[in-house]
Amino acid sequence: MTDSSHAAKTPIEMPPVPETPDIAAGRLSPEEYKENFSDLLPALDRRRAIIEADRCYFCYDAPCIEACPTGIDIPSFIHKISTDNVKGAATDILTANIMGGACARVCPVEELCEDACVRNTQNSQPVKIGRLQRYAVDGLMQRDDKQIFTRKEPTGKKIAVIGAGPAGMSCAHRLATLGHNVVVFDAKTKAGGLNEYGIAAYKLPDDFAQKEIDYILSIGGIEMRYEHALGEKIKLEELRRDFDAVFVGTGLSGVNKLGLDGEDLKGVENAVDYIAALRQAKDLSKLPVGRKIVVIGGGNTAIDIAIQTKRLGAEDVTLVYRRGEDDMNATWHEQELAQNNGVVIKHWAQPKRLIGWNGHVRQIEFEYTQLDGSGKLTGTGDTFTLLVDTVFKAIGQHFVPSPVQEGGRDLLTITPKGKIAVNEDRQTSLDNVWAGGDCIEGQDLTVAAVEDGKRAAIAIDRALSA
Amino acid sequence: MADLSSNFVGIKSPNPFWLASAPPTDKEYNVVRAFEAGWGGVVWKTLGEDPPVVNVSSRYGAMHYSGQKIAGFNNIELITDRPLDVNLKEIERVKKNWPDRAMVVSLMVPCEEESWEKILRRVETTGCDGIELNFGCPHGMSERGMGSAVGQVPEYIQMVTEWCKKHTKIPTLVKLTPNITNILLPARAAVNGGADGVSLINTINSITAVNLDIMAPEPVVNGKGAHGGYCGPAVKPIALNMVGEIARDPECKNIPISGIGGVETWRDAAEFIALGAGTVQVCTAAMHYGFKIVEDMVDGLNNWMDEKGYHSIDDFRGAASKNFVDWGQLDMNYDIKALINQDLCIKCGLCHIACEDTSHQAITAERVDGQRKYTVIDEECVGCNLCMHVCPVEDCITMEEVQHDKPYMTWLEDPRNPANKKTA
Repeated sequence: MTDSSHAAKTPIEMPPVPETPDIAAGRLSPEEYKENFSDLLPALDRRRAIIEADRCYFCYDAPCIEACPTGIDIPSFIHKISTDNVKGAATDILTANIMGGACARVCPVEELCEDACVRNTQNSQPVKIGRLQRYAVDGLMQRDDKQIFTRKEPTGKKIAVIGAGPAGMSCAHRLATLGHNVVVFDAKTKAGGLNEYGIAAYKLPDDFAQKEIDYILSIGGIEMRYEHALGEKIKLEELRRDFDAVFVGTGLSGVNKLGLDGEDLKGVENAVDYIAALRQAKDLSKLPVGRKIVVIGGGNTAIDIAIQTKRLGAEDVTLVYRRGEDDMNATWHEQELAQNNGVVIKHWAQPKRLIGWNGHVRQIEFEYTQLDGSGKLTGTGDTFTLLVDTVFKAIGQHFVPSPVQEGGRDLLTITPKGKIAVNEDRQTSLDNVWAGGDCIEGQDLTVAAVEDGKRAAIAIDRALSA
Repeated sequence: MADLSSNFVGIKSPNPFWLASAPPTDKEYNVVRAFEAGWGGVVWKTLGEDPPVVNVSSRYGAMHYSGQKIAGFNNIELITDRPLDVNLKEIERVKKNWPDRAMVVSLMVPCEEESWEKILRRVETTGCDGIELNFGCPHGMSERGMGSAVGQVPEYIQMVTEWCKKHTKIPTLVKLTPNITNILLPARAAVNGGADGVSLINTINSITAVNLDIMAPEPVVNGKGAHGGYCGPAVKPIALNMVGEIARDPECKNIPISGIGGVETWRDAAEFIALGAGTVQVCTAAMHYGFKIVEDMVDGLNNWMDEKGYHSIDDFRGAASKNFVDWGQLDMNYDIKALINQDLCIKCGLCHIACEDTSHQAITAERVDGQRKYTVIDEECVGCNLCMHVCPVEDCITMEEVQHDKPYMTWLEDPRNPANKKTA
């Protein structure tokens, strides 16, 4: 504080700033790229899995089940691992959560099942539920008899699912097993949603998202139509007319802005766009990355962009968040991971000014923040400036309502927070439209989206068979 | 420092930890390594008549439990497969080089006096401290009329023991098989035959696992399996009971016992000694971890004895024996109730579900302010201990004695005993 207040009172001559940003591809050797973007956590082998499974107490009324948004019977699947009944374990998982393989890798287990594990209260490590879940699902996927689902008698009903992310694909799969036919529309060229475009590369390597989609589609009865964006090629009202029911799982397409001058400078980018490019890059050594990176935000996207740019060879990555450590949406585990990857996390500072040169951002000025007497976040007036090649914005995304509007009017009820309003069954204000995933309120997690899709499918089935 | 030295039927050793007759004691090389590691004595792997037996390939099976290797172990190996001469020369040399260690030689020959007399004469020349008659081996040799085939017939035990006592002055231990219904009958036969001591238990007839791909018992020998002798930690409770039964049997006349069966730690050894054993013999633990484990056995027993104020093995030998009684001698008025320490409870619910599903419905499962709570219903609790055993947290569930002024009352004295009603 002393330094910064001093700086505020006595302006110091800025050191000369290099005129051109240092943004380059191929900062690392091929081995380094491979190493940096391979599996974050290696798979458990059989022996380790069994030893870990044996740590589970097989609790009665197990807290972990309650902590799982999809309600997987965790003690049961872990017990089955311990008896080498891997197929049975995977069946327990996938019947509750068809994306159990992805969730095993991307779930913030430290805040969900593993946080609830009774082992924590014994001053001990929780059972590694996520890694065991991965062991079971991966084990099933290697088997010839991996198709554990069958479809019920055809119902003749047809349901439109908009969005091929976790919510939509979960919904589609459940509907297909219940005997319905499904058409899934997605704006992109691939299915998977955030699993394909948004999750950090080292969490879902080896094209896992597409393998999972292939497994989901192998049930049959699901037709995929890519490059069909809602509000463009397809309209909600038409789908309502042509299908027996509609599920909306379009996610959040709007990226929040800083609201600062200079935001349109080159080098000021949306984190989600860069991550999507990184996920789709066939050759990471061709992907340019800045030498000095500043990330603004406190959620998992902020962490993901920070770690991934560091792993692409950025020299300095500074993540700046306007509040404290405990206020960050990113879990402690994610924050720790970022720090272990050499990311510097600065708390209590907000961006004030983007300073460019020749149309490209070169510096970013932050103001320290604090909570005032009433608990409101305010700037202290003290500032600091960072030299930067790229600024990544990761301050959240929002639902863009225009696709579910017609003539400027909402077709379905939108909540005060700007998301689609649903009931317990994930049914919207329209009687034949359900919604789930990030476009409704709730935890913005893959696992929560899968649960939304599952619940909606069950409700749709009930409604259609009534 | 307590004195761990042992004088068992006249056989002296610096500590009561002997290696049992088994693969670890088959050769000079192994036995010397064992003595270097600190073992008090060995029972040399069973000698037989020449030509030596021939063993099969694939000899051990194991019971792994909950990620723990070798909770139980079995073998289908026979007695030593080396020529008698070679063994005798090595025994003589080892005894000469390690005079303070116990050297007992295990023997098994056909059930004829002449065979026993012949081998005893040769064994005596080695200078060994004692012999152990292998009447226990349950596999292979028993099919040839030896081992447990003798041990299962008390008359044979007595007869062979008498022959041995007649033909040698060396202390004679009789190793008993647990593959019988009542251990006291062979034990008494050994006593009556003049045995100086008994060692038990030998291994138990067993199949450790069935290979479900080959469809044959483990260990599989080219598609087939035979029963083997079971040992290791899993058999300790059976061995403790048999040792305890002999120790408290008046007809066994306090015959010295060398306790065998699942001894892996100093605590196991202390338990055998507390029930009456004078020495313990170890095999599986050494085969699992190597000879070094004896260090903790010696050290741990010593520290525990110091803590308890025992100066020698004899100070606590048999101390638990007087409390090992028949069921009918237990106190019917003793009353305990489970008590769950709510501060230690981790809410796993195992106590509840165990009691609810399989016992007395004496533990409730509730949600109090959203938190799981498990509580004992004293009126329903019979004090069975099940919840305490399933609870994963140490000292979370304790069994608390209900205070009352009722006297110690056995079932024989209990008015609820129908036999007492008749006389009333």
